[in-house]
Amino acid sequence: MLIEAFKKAFSLIFSLDPELLGIIFLSFKVSGAALLIASAIGLPLAAILGLKKIPAKGIFVSLMNTFMGLPPVVVGLFVYMMLSRSGSLGFMGLLYTPSAMIIAQTILALPIVVSLCHSAIISVDRNIRLASQTLGATPFQISVAVIKESRYGIMSGIIAALGRVMAEVGAILIVGGNIAGYTRVMTTTIALETDKGNFELAIALGIILLTVSLCINMFLHLFQKREVVQAGLWD
Amino acid sequence: MGLRLDVLSISKSYSGKAVLKDCSLSFDKAGVYVLMGQNGTGKSTFLRICSLLENPDSGEVNYLSGDNILIKDIGLRRRITLVLPKVGLFNTTVFNNAAYGMKIRGIKGRELKERIDSALNFVGLLHKKSQNALTLSSGEAQRLGIARALAIEPEILFLDEPTASVDEENTRIIEDIILNMKKERRSIIIITTHDGVQAGRLSDRLLLLDKGWIVER
Repeated sequence: MLIEAFKKAFSLIFSLDPELLGIIFLSFKVSGAALLIASAIGLPLAAILGLKKIPAKGIFVSLMNTFMGLPPVVVGLFVYMMLSRSGSLGFMGLLYTPSAMIIAQTILALPIVVSLCHSAIISVDRNIRLASQTLGATPFQISVAVIKESRYGIMSGIIAALGRVMAEVGAILIVGGNIAGYTRVMTTTIALETDKGNFELAIALGIILLTVSLCINMFLHLFQKREVVQAGLWD
Repeated sequence: MGLRLDVLSISKSYSGKAVLKDCSLSFDKAGVYVLMGQNGTGKSTFLRICSLLENPDSGEVNYLSGDNILIKDIGLRRRITLVLPKVGLFNTTVFNNAAYGMKIRGIKGRELKERIDSALNFVGLLHKKSQNALTLSSGEAQRLGIARALAIEPEILFLDEPTASVDEENTRIIEDIILNMKKERRSIIIITTHDGVQAGRLSDRLLLLDKGWIVER
């Protein structure tokens, strides 16, 4: 039975089944958009946390580190309550739409982006900052130099966040509703089709999801390899 | 009018321990000043204070042009530079490292390329200009640090222990670089070292830092 299911799964993949393609496309759209928003907010936040002296920085960083492990279903529940008719954002009518899924995944991705980018920025050798300062950089130019130096760490932080949201099912299932052709993505389809005993599509998507996550991890590894951390001290 | 540096009775201590005591000095002629002293005597502190990276606890560091004391703004900071013992190279090519100071001053195009090539040539690293700077040996890294500083044509150049963690061959190359700069007599160069022989070889003026006091030899 398993072999049969695998055969059918591969034929689905190679025949470029339109339903399958639609699901894959939506997965990338939702997770990609969430990642984009999370990076647009998270990266400047990480830079400020890493470079500026601000009060209660430690608490905020610990909070972000804790939120890295937010259970997706809890985020789903929270976003659901906000977006449901009686919720404070209910008037927007976003529940069970791809937008709701993007919101939920942004919340999941943001702490990862902030935490990992922050730690990349603060691990930059202090001699980099001093070098740019002694060469006549303005405070802004010094910050740019430090952020540039942490670019591989920042990339791996963003890719780690992508890995997290691509594989996530709990939050988008709750707020997206898994509506065929509208809010059905790879992970939610796998959950549903497995329940129905319809393994071909589930396996086909499983293979694709694994391939995607393999690619993500290969990139991650590549960036981590290029990340060179020099330890630096006075004298 | 050339840039001069006046240090007026500066003192500095770290966690209660006095590192510099009432040090006064004038750097007013182009040439090589060597500040000698054992490790941990405060040479680097003196250089960091002079190069405006740190403030003294008391006393003054004044940069003068003619009789005017200059404001310590970015304009002045860009006329001087300090090369640290740990150079702090950026994770990019040798060329881009050397070009950093000019790029942040908005210099680009042919002038940038020519000046960087000539600075890299001066320290013998032109053939490695496309290589990643983090693959350089510590001696080459130090030479790149010097090239990066020379590219911005500083009027006062501080070199903090330029040969401290460098092999013999690179020490010789770096000393030659300094002697060449000395010949050109374009700027004030202030070097720290703990090596007395080296100090003798390089200096126009030899200064000794001992127990927080600076004396001229």
